[in-house]
Amino acid sequence: MVDDFMQRKIMMTRKRYLILAAALTFAAVLILSLMFGSTGFGLPDMRTGTGCALLDLRACRIAAGLVVGAALSVAGCVLQTVLRNPLAEPYILGVSSGASVGTAIVMATGLAATYPILLPLGSFAVAIITVVLIISIAQRAGGSHMPQNLILTGVVTGSVLSSVLMLIITFAGTHTVRSITWWLLGNLQCGSWELLAICGVPIILSTLYLAAQANKLNALLLGHENAHNLGVNTALTIPLLIGVATLMTACAVALSGIIGFAGLIVPHILRRRFGSNHRFLLLGSAAAGGLFLVICDTLGRSCLPPHEIPVGVITALSGGPFFLYLLTRKQR
Amino acid sequence: MIELRHIEKSYGEKKVLSEISLSIRQGEMVALIGANGAGKSTLLKVISGALPAQGKALIEGRKIRRIAAAQRAGIIAVVPQEIPSTIPLRGYEFVMLGRTHRLPRFGAPSAADCEAVERAMASTGTGAFKDRFLSDMSGGERQRLAVAIAFAAEPRIILLDEATSHLDLNHRVEIMQLLRKMNRDQGVTILMAVHDLMLASRFFDRLILLQEGKVIQDAAPPAVLKEDILEGAYGCRIRTIQLPDELGTCVVPV
Repeated sequence: MVDDFMQRKIMMTRKRYLILAAALTFAAVLILSLMFGSTGFGLPDMRTGTGCALLDLRACRIAAGLVVGAALSVAGCVLQTVLRNPLAEPYILGVSSGASVGTAIVMATGLAATYPILLPLGSFAVAIITVVLIISIAQRAGGSHMPQNLILTGVVTGSVLSSVLMLIITFAGTHTVRSITWWLLGNLQCGSWELLAICGVPIILSTLYLAAQANKLNALLLGHENAHNLGVNTALTIPLLIGVATLMTACAVALSGIIGFAGLIVPHILRRRFGSNHRFLLLGSAAAGGLFLVICDTLGRSCLPPHEIPVGVITALSGGPFFLYLLTRKQR
Repeated sequence: MIELRHIEKSYGEKKVLSEISLSIRQGEMVALIGANGAGKSTLLKVISGALPAQGKALIEGRKIRRIAAAQRAGIIAVVPQEIPSTIPLRGYEFVMLGRTHRLPRFGAPSAADCEAVERAMASTGTGAFKDRFLSDMSGGERQRLAVAIAFAAEPRIILLDEATSHLDLNHRVEIMQLLRKMNRDQGVTILMAVHDLMLASRFFDRLILLQEGKVIQDAAPPAVLKEDILEGAYGCRIRTIQLPDELGTCVVPV
């Protein structure tokens, strides 16, 4: 009994140190990221207008990184649990492609400048249709919990939607083509605090909602039937969770284009290291996902000056091989 | 407590449950027996509300599928046949799932939740598994934790689907004794699908024998575990031997 008490005390102390170390790392990364740029290392000169504008731009970019990284990681984490599929992730499932078509339609119609709120709305509308389609097809093919079914359906649907996106670009005007292409590359240069707020508020609210569902997500780890037996209203909870994860993805895509694999890497590493208790995993994924994207973006804008590598390229370069590793790894 | 009226269930054209009507009183300990595919698991799913079926399935006078999910989990706990090893949770977190319907949305579990989990783990002999991941446990150890989940829920009814089949003899008897203790001391109703007929005869007050989705016998063990009845239900020659000292009936296929 005493041993048990001591062991728990040691674990609690270790947990506190871990949280403290994570918070310090978080703060250090944010400060360093503010200092890195394609113009070199150091804080911009705040006495000049250009310096202030540069700092504002970097701060906006870091905030976008935190919000988008959190959204993609939390959405990936929820989709993996609800669909009981370790490879589920907004980008691989084609949800991001659906969201990008929605956003591109809003951009091509020229409504984005007047009504920026239409960007996440359009993005969400097409993304939710895509999710319903993908899950229905995977169910018909033998079950959405089987990795192959869901991934194949997602990849094919993603390809079809990419073609739709090309079609939109083909018919769009020169200026719109440039803005869609730049946005599609996956970058955090949203350049506007207003758009960041429009997309960031739903993401933060969704994260809080999902954190309140942590116990239900834990029960869903046992499968839908067992979750039902544990007191989860699966008929209502599952569509809601998928819907909220889709909303988060849609807002992230509307803000920063397609950024792949962030929703796969971060939850996986956290699950392997700390287990799948969603009471910690969801908020941990949000913090680590945001941090991951800020680090990737900082690398992208400082490793090959004066060029900037879009953050989507960095995440794809690190996430693609990670995905293949997971695909080939023997299930423990 | 549990009342089934004219329950029918089909998968496509195949009828798996046919005209099942029975009632189980509070505090009874009942075993569902029958060959593979007789409909035992399906019947348990209908009673737990996981599966819709034609007819009426009532728990404490209310239609089971009309009871709110959280409220239902406070009445019925279900122990599944098998727990996969891929669930990345530690033993304590896993047993805490039994309290899902009572846990606060934010913040840590209450003292009552923690006490219920501690009690359930102590009574199932799983106290040492608190910090171990499920992937590092044997099938039997995971199954004992599954029983602990049901105990942690503090329900009035426990449904078990072949829940002791992965356990060794020692733990099988231990869990059965524990279930009987809960049944006798706290009046918890136990309904369990069982393949082991010796276990059924020793620990249960009443046996319900299913064959091709129909109830063909519903009585005390000595009345059901008869050679001619079992031969008809299982499709093989069977000998039964009455064991001394309330050890039940030994059922041997010949």
